Amino acid sequence: MKIGVFVCHCGSNIEATVDTAAVAAAAREFPGVVFATDTMYTCSEPGQDEIVDAIKEHNLGGVVVASCTPRMHEQTFRRTVERAGLNKYLFEMANIREHVSWIGKDREANTNKSVDLVRMATEKLLRNRALHPKKFTINKRVLIIGGGVAGIQAALDCADGGLEVVMVEKTSTIGGKMAKLDKTFPTVDCSSCILGPRMVDVAQHPNITLYAYSEIEEIKGYVGNFEIKVKKKATYVDWKNCTGCGICMEKCPSKKATDTFNEEIGKTTAINIPFPQAIPKKAKIDPAFCTMLKKGKCGICAKVCPSGCIDYEMKDEFITEKVGAIVTATGFDLFDWTVYGEYGGGRYPDVITSLQYERMLSASGPTGGHIKRPSDGKEPKNVVFIQCVGSRDKSVGRPYCTGFCCMYTAKQAILTKDHLPQSQSYVFYMDIRATGKLYDEFTRRAMEEYDTNYIRGRVSMIYPKGDKLLVRGADTLMGTQVEVDADLVVLAVGAESSAGASELAEKLRISYDSYGFYMEGHPKLKPVETNTAGVYLAGACQGPKDIPSSVGQGSAAAAKVLGLFSKDQLESDPQVSIVDIKRCIGCGKCIQTCPFGAIKEIDFRGMVKADVIETICQGCGICTSTCPQGAVQLQHATDNQILSEVNALCQF
Amino acid sequence: MPVLEGKELRIVGFLCNWCSYGGADTAGVGRFNQPTDLRIIKVPCSGRIDPLFVVKALMNGADGVLVSGCHPRDCHYAEGNFYARRRLEIMHKFLPILGYEPGRFEYTWVSASEGQRWQQVVTSFTEQIHKLGPAPKIVGPEASDTLSLMQAAL
Repeated sequence: MKIGVFVCHCGSNIEATVDTAAVAAAAREFPGVVFATDTMYTCSEPGQDEIVDAIKEHNLGGVVVASCTPRMHEQTFRRTVERAGLNKYLFEMANIREHVSWIGKDREANTNKSVDLVRMATEKLLRNRALHPKKFTINKRVLIIGGGVAGIQAALDCADGGLEVVMVEKTSTIGGKMAKLDKTFPTVDCSSCILGPRMVDVAQHPNITLYAYSEIEEIKGYVGNFEIKVKKKATYVDWKNCTGCGICMEKCPSKKATDTFNEEIGKTTAINIPFPQAIPKKAKIDPAFCTMLKKGKCGICAKVCPSGCIDYEMKDEFITEKVGAIVTATGFDLFDWTVYGEYGGGRYPDVITSLQYERMLSASGPTGGHIKRPSDGKEPKNVVFIQCVGSRDKSVGRPYCTGFCCMYTAKQAILTKDHLPQSQSYVFYMDIRATGKLYDEFTRRAMEEYDTNYIRGRVSMIYPKGDKLLVRGADTLMGTQVEVDADLVVLAVGAESSAGASELAEKLRISYDSYGFYMEGHPKLKPVETNTAGVYLAGACQGPKDIPSSVGQGSAAAAKVLGLFSKDQLESDPQVSIVDIKRCIGCGKCIQTCPFGAIKEIDFRGMVKADVIETICQGCGICTSTCPQGAVQLQHATDNQILSEVNALCQF
Repeated sequence: MPVLEGKELRIVGFLCNWCSYGGADTAGVGRFNQPTDLRIIKVPCSGRIDPLFVVKALMNGADGVLVSGCHPRDCHYAEGNFYARRRLEIMHKFLPILGYEPGRFEYTWVSASEGQRWQQVVTSFTEQIHKLGPAPKIVGPEASDTLSLMQAAL
């Protein structure tokens, strides 16, 4: 094979600490290399044309580009060599930027290392073969996990685009965090007025199947052909017949059930519908509080239900759904703020979270939209807001900025004045981060029009004083101590990844960061893709996001799914395992270890042999390292190819 | 290229494509300085790594071998790193039989987001190998015969 080597300067990114001309000169001495040069920007149009011209001029059979990581430009250059008529697998990359020039300044050592990496790539390339993808048909249905605003947007966009959509929501209603909000910034739009109709659209859309109060149990398969096992949790109410009339809720004698929708501001009944606009508007029983389920006595809801849909014997149900793509929109949860002892650690009833305050402001909330102190039900006069609780705080392991707390705190300060004109709001803040359209104007309105007292500094202690709370903090602009007699304290608690995010990521086989937020394919260029083909991200599961960004990502994910499904067939990755039937002894170890069931047993002239189903094989190569005979070889990462790389590094 | 005498030793890294290779990229993008000894071979999954790759690297002249994959339960192929863990754990016991200190080989887990952790892993492993010094090499007139004998035995 005649090989051409192109060593990229990447402007000064590589050239500054690697002598690229020397690397190219060294490469000319390697076996098979007939052409080597260094270029300014290999990925640019003239750079790519240079590769195409060299392939034609020197009749090259393979190309090595030494530049950035293959995660960045492998696809780019594979297309380039394809344009020149080469098979795209007759191409290798040496990563001399992320793995060399950017991690050290020693030019001699870097140049030396780059030469080694290029030698490794050429040795592997000498053993590369042309590979050809197979085509396979796809199932044009999409699964949306999570029914918050991002998931709703993705579901409606996909459904309007003609796709069949399956939506799985963990709780008994869709709507997510946005459904809990009273108003939204910076327009002070009514949250349920803008979200409610979208929720109804989901329920009524002929293309959408909604599984509420359900979870993902298992995910099998691959892009185009996933098989999903959905667990429909027992609701003890037959949802086919439940009309959502609410009589059961009125009559239920067990009135101390945890009210998660209202953020535990009040209590609810054991059988409940979370809120009046719930979708689906169906009742479910909380088994932890139902006397019938706990003690076998009561049964009042069954007696009063006009449609007879109470079923105390109901069990979890499992349903299998087949889809071709998955959008994950699992959102976020709130940081557990009780680790802050200085804010009372949960001991003071009048220190509440911003989401609890939001429920209090909502006309459909437990207080009917009246601001009342949880301790005595009185209207507060002085309300103190504390920002960055579980955000930008290394000491509690949350160094990141949640990004939307500054804005909702300004909104809540404005709403407080609207609800209680005699009240005075104080906001303790670190910095005001109001970077969106009309955002800064909005925080200014809170300060100037609504007379909110913004104090730049942290709160050091909250302690009770009579029936009030004394909030002591610093005003770093004035350089003084501040004390406020507060009636109510609202903590702007930061966002963290939703409970169970990592378990779901493991089922989806996608990566997550150390905080449990899902990793996008590329921080700049692939914001809604993951590294697993066919799995997309929308909303705050990827990182804290406000409503407009979540909706934007929901639409973006839907566009990606619609794009994927615009073809009837997909090309499979030909980097799959192949069995050498002469060497296979039919031991079946590869069949046992394959995580995808991609290897089956076949009969070959009366002998047992293994055979790889190419469209199912995902190319991990576990079979290759399991096979005692070396009979199964993963194409593009065969034993010979890897060992040639080892030798290229060690023997020179 | 020959190793830079007195400055570097030869360290080979086998990194899985999905997590650790990405972690090494993240370290690069973040400009987390690292020693220059390590050369990385990309494999699709840590489960692709035959323990004999480690042995062959050492026999052929490497002074240290580092393997890194996805964190347990976070494997792109669901269970590849569990196979890797079982197979590679044995190497700590097997290498002394061949005359190599067990410290010449380590396996670890680094995710694609852990650039800083990758820097720490490379730095501490390189220090560890420098403390051990160059690995015993098969040299002399019969070196190639010995090597091929060992290859055959493996």
